[in-house]
Amino acid sequence: VSADGSVPAPIAGPVTGTFAGQSSSTGRRAQFDAAERRRGLIVATASTVATIAAVSLALPQLPGWDRVQTTFFSWKYFTGSFDDLWAPFLLNLKLFIITSPCILAVGMLVAVCRNVRSPALFPLRLFAWLFTTVVRGVPVILWIYLIGFGVPGLFQVRAWYSKGIFWGGVALVMCYSAYVAEVFRAGIESIHESQRAAARSLGLSPRQTMMTVIIPQAVRRVIPPLMNDLVSLQKDVALVSVLGIVEALRRATILKDRSFNFTPYVSAAVLFLLVSVPLTLLTDWMLSAERRKTGGTAVR
Amino acid sequence: MSARISQKRLLSALAVSSLFLTACGSDAASTDAAAETTTAADACAGVKTITEGKLTIATGEPAFPPYVIDDKPESGEGFEAAVAMAVAKEMGFDAAATTWVRTAFDAAIAPGPKDFDFNLQQFTITDERKAAVDFSDGYYTAPQAIFGLKGSVAAGAKSMADLAGLKIGVATGTTSVTYVEETIKPTNAVAVFNDNAAVKVALESKQIDAVVADLPTALYITAAEIEGTQVFGQIAGSGTDQFGLLMSKDSPVTPCVNQALAAVKASGELDTITTKWMSEYTSAPVIG
Repeated sequence: VSADGSVPAPIAGPVTGTFAGQSSSTGRRAQFDAAERRRGLIVATASTVATIAAVSLALPQLPGWDRVQTTFFSWKYFTGSFDDLWAPFLLNLKLFIITSPCILAVGMLVAVCRNVRSPALFPLRLFAWLFTTVVRGVPVILWIYLIGFGVPGLFQVRAWYSKGIFWGGVALVMCYSAYVAEVFRAGIESIHESQRAAARSLGLSPRQTMMTVIIPQAVRRVIPPLMNDLVSLQKDVALVSVLGIVEALRRATILKDRSFNFTPYVSAAVLFLLVSVPLTLLTDWMLSAERRKTGGTAVR
Repeated sequence: MSARISQKRLLSALAVSSLFLTACGSDAASTDAAAETTTAADACAGVKTITEGKLTIATGEPAFPPYVIDDKPESGEGFEAAVAMAVAKEMGFDAAATTWVRTAFDAAIAPGPKDFDFNLQQFTITDERKAAVDFSDGYYTAPQAIFGLKGSVAAGAKSMADLAGLKIGVATGTTSVTYVEETIKPTNAVAVFNDNAAVKVALESKQIDAVVADLPTALYITAAEIEGTQVFGQIAGSGTDQFGLLMSKDSPVTPCVNQALAAVKASGELDTITTKWMSEYTSAPVIG
């Protein structure tokens, strides 16, 4: 019936009808839904094509388009810059891959500290509160400057522990773990108190309750917002360039300074997208998976 | 426009045209420009500046000696300030008719409308850059120099091989990065910093052994900005970079600026300015 592509009549019969005659109305319902989807697809395609056409026709009409095109979208510089950008971009990736597990570990530790309930351990709670509040209150780039330039000065020797990139990484771990700690805390606090009560009544210690009952549920719940922070981190690793480290962004700057052509920045953006887009898609997928599992039926 | 200036222009016209013909390379656009200039005789006749009757000159923020003294280019004190004023005068703008603005490095080279007629902050002329902006002919040639903390390992560097073993830092936005990577080829990755303050901290915390910059900048930084440093030497064979005045691409003032600069050169004024401001900034032992 739906194959001919004809647009069917608007919704037939009152809503109650769908509950009464199960078999026939399910067929009409499905037919209506399919037509609606088809109509939606056509409208979406048409409006997308129209928007792209309008932008691509209007942009070249602007007086400076030629100049901007050669400066930012030069094919020669775009393809040429990747040879120079790959190696430094691997440095970004390495930094991202090394810092992210550290961030998750420190973040979790701080979140747990904020949730200790024993009065004797109050200093821990205080520290966790101070840490998340102060660290999140200062721009990331400023922390990188302060720690990345300040701490190596203490050693007066060139070793792995006095390198700018090491302390830049430490600064990133510090900043991001403060954000991640708050995400974990939100997750921990979202687990209903009855879970704790049940666990304790089964004879689990407070520590066991946290480790085996609360945290596993909390982590599962906050994976999407955690991924969000990781996507953000993946781009912020470029900030260590202020410490003199030639990573992808700085290499793009050097290429730009040499030629006065800004296309290497676009190339660098593409490299960052190559990592952040899959990460974002993964986050979206996890979010919808989580919703399928915990949420009700979707409302259209 | 005073009669004196017009006369001076006529006198310099011949020198200018020949200079244009020789100065222009294979670049098609500049050949056209040269043809126009030679037929027009006076490239400054009816020149259109961004503000009518005024010449707007841009430099960096902050501008530093020996290029600009006390960060006050309006005074004409300092090498680049003096060159700019001499060129402006030759173009027909006296000190009262010039305005100074400040631009960041990237704002000077990005496409789009510019708020200056010409910009000078030690921009090195390269063919590749000419695709994005207009350059005048060169007004100064500076070698690269290396500096660092007195008594550091780098102080004993005598050859290119010695330099290659060092951890070298440079300031961003300079051609020094390219110079270090392609000519010195150090074994350690070059560190690139945003500003001289970062370079200073990196030197003091031993993140880097030495810094490469153009010689006048190196001499100024070691003398005035970072205590306990010295210029170890200028690098042999590095004195090929020419500084040029920068104009936006295909700017209407480019032919006029070039004509004026050529006149300033021909009259010996550029030599006088160079001697006055730069003679203290050229001496350093040669390395390599």
